[in-house]
Amino acid sequence: MDFGFNADQEMLRATARKFLENECTSEFVRARMAEDPGFTPEFWTKLAEQGWLGLVYPEAYGGAGLGFVDLTVLMEEMGRAVMPGPFFSTLLGGLAILEAGSDAQKKEWLTKIAGGEARVTLAWTEPNARWDAAGVTTTAKASGGGFTLSGTKLFVPDAHVAKALVVVARTREGKNPEEGVSLFLVPTNARGVSVKLLPTMDQTRKLCEVKLSDVSVPAGALLGQKDSGWAPLARVVERAMVALCAEMCGGAQKVLDMTTEYAKIRIAFGKPIGSYQGVKHKAADMLVDIENAKSLTYYAAWAVDENVPEAPLAASMAKAYTSDAFRKVSGAGIQLHGGIGFTWEHDLHLYFKRAKSSEATFGDATFHREKVAQLINL
Amino acid sequence: MDFTLTPAQEALRKRVRAWLTANIPADWKKFGLSEVPRPEAYDFLRTWQKTLHDAGFIGLTWPKEYGGQSLTFVEEMVLQEEMALQKAPPVLNILGVGMAGPTIVAYGTEEQKQRYPAKILSCEEIWCQGYSEPNSGSDLASLQTRAVKDGEHWVINGQKVWTSLAHIADWMMLLARTDPQAPKHKGITYFLLDMKSPGVTVKPLKQITGDAEFNEVFFDNVRVHERHVLGGVNNGWAVGLTTLMYERLALGFGLQVRLRITLESLVDMAKRMEKNGRAITKDPVMRQKLAALWIDTEALKYTGARAVTKLLRGELPGPEASTGKMGWVETHQRLQELAMEIQGPYALLGRGADVAVDNGAWQYSFLRSRANSIEGGTTEIQKNIIGERVLGLPKG
Repeated sequence: MDFGFNADQEMLRATARKFLENECTSEFVRARMAEDPGFTPEFWTKLAEQGWLGLVYPEAYGGAGLGFVDLTVLMEEMGRAVMPGPFFSTLLGGLAILEAGSDAQKKEWLTKIAGGEARVTLAWTEPNARWDAAGVTTTAKASGGGFTLSGTKLFVPDAHVAKALVVVARTREGKNPEEGVSLFLVPTNARGVSVKLLPTMDQTRKLCEVKLSDVSVPAGALLGQKDSGWAPLARVVERAMVALCAEMCGGAQKVLDMTTEYAKIRIAFGKPIGSYQGVKHKAADMLVDIENAKSLTYYAAWAVDENVPEAPLAASMAKAYTSDAFRKVSGAGIQLHGGIGFTWEHDLHLYFKRAKSSEATFGDATFHREKVAQLINL
Repeated sequence: MDFTLTPAQEALRKRVRAWLTANIPADWKKFGLSEVPRPEAYDFLRTWQKTLHDAGFIGLTWPKEYGGQSLTFVEEMVLQEEMALQKAPPVLNILGVGMAGPTIVAYGTEEQKQRYPAKILSCEEIWCQGYSEPNSGSDLASLQTRAVKDGEHWVINGQKVWTSLAHIADWMMLLARTDPQAPKHKGITYFLLDMKSPGVTVKPLKQITGDAEFNEVFFDNVRVHERHVLGGVNNGWAVGLTTLMYERLALGFGLQVRLRITLESLVDMAKRMEKNGRAITKDPVMRQKLAALWIDTEALKYTGARAVTKLLRGELPGPEASTGKMGWVETHQRLQELAMEIQGPYALLGRGADVAVDNGAWQYSFLRSRANSIEGGTTEIQKNIIGERVLGLPKG
């Protein structure tokens, strides 16, 4: 048994931290928040050159052939830098193709994704805001050898800068909502696709509304088996959730680092505020939350990599704990900084907002605690 | 990262499992599965620990030459996990196994190492811990119990308090002041004290639970031979801190495992109880609370596993090692509060009421859990330690 990172992973961490400290400064993040795309082509090319856009895809598809434990390290560092842009959404699209696509689809799209030439996002959720299969009401009807898609997708990350969408649609109505769900690869420039960028609270995360009005796609747009798309989608979400948890852990750790540094130098009543137990004990609570969040996240990363039966439980446990932990830690960070923590000028609000947006993505702590309750047979 | 076990470790797991199935006494359940040894179970638990020892299932990480098996913390973890799964009885000589033994192995003379550890494991000699005093709790280094040299002996005078198991202990880990002129951390010595020495008086203290599990201990000119000093005169603070480190690591391990046992019992109980005509486990709010406890218990386990990995790699324990006690306390107290909430008005009953749930065992453990955030270093002290030693915040 060895529950730690290896030398290669530690090296990846050091490389990523250095790269992001240089390339993803607070000024860079803020400039991207103010613009629609949320990233720059130069920055995207550099991510591709590092091999990070294809980190978890097999080498045969242009990837680096690494696993989710490696991705955890990278995502922690990206969270630490509160990195903006479509990295996470492209991971969603890529994982969906990896999980459900044919060899030809994987070869074509994953190679492009890994090389930085294409971005693909996941168009799953709808205005009904459900994370279960019953929430999929967008329809795909067989017509003329292909399919016609109609419906509205909401909270779609980075659709405005994506070349294609993996659309989750219903191909069959039935008693069990998990049966009859299919995945389609739809170019964003297809006739009938309209993408509207929505203002978001966390401006480092761009979200869109995507309307599909009688969008015709050929039969080859189907990813995987017709009617059997829910199982691969669930696996994509389970894996992406682990990556998201890692990003949250990295963000939370950065908030604690900023807060302890500030508590050492900020003087009140003639002493550094960190010497007061009211501050010190809150900082200790933050550390406990972060360490436990890391433990559950690292375990979940190992579990999805190894495909152990406990993987869905591990992912939900990590998402439940880490969602609460990052929200609490980022809130406490603002509190311990006092007034300066509430300003636009200070970076804390970037983390506070990221915590909230990550918490709500793929189900919050309450949602995942209920999932845990089901999985442990309560 | 790798959670798989070696074939030898897998074999150990099978061996432990089979042995526990065959050897946990059926009548153990009548003591209510308490994670704290209760007086009526002392005799039973003495025998149980001896049985464990005879089978070689205690002290796995201790060196072979001193009664252990020279195995790693992974084997210890396997053992503890199996004990949790089968709801095995606790170890009575927990302060000896968790604290005294490892400290003696670390600091003892060869004579001391030959003399004490093996009898700790077999439960032939029970140990207690003489640290806290009426005026020295969290500020332990201010302790006032004095030891004055007289020839080859030290003469001890003073008082200890909240001393768990002193009423049945054969030996005490005793901290006493040997140099009153030195700065407070530098004039303390660690003694191994025979509790049968003339001048030692033990007075039980009745607790919130009604049990008398801890005691006051008085020393009136107690003579201790100098060969019973552990780790050198005036070096007691360093030795004592080592004990505490073991307490928080090794003992923390066992605590985590027993938390899992208690949690499983809680879920069992919740499945039997009803609220508004349906099982507690079908109530959405209760499901949230139970799942949260489950998640927190797993988190503690994996945080422990990260700390163990550092030890196995020969690295210093990181921040994850310091959070275990605090995390356990918070989770366990919340668990016990939920056990009361689940029972509704049945929470009002106590041991002896024939309609009490599980014969009132939960009422006892609920009350007992209040001590968790005080014993072994209060939560406030743990937070100071994390704030100052891990985060580097200035002392107050």
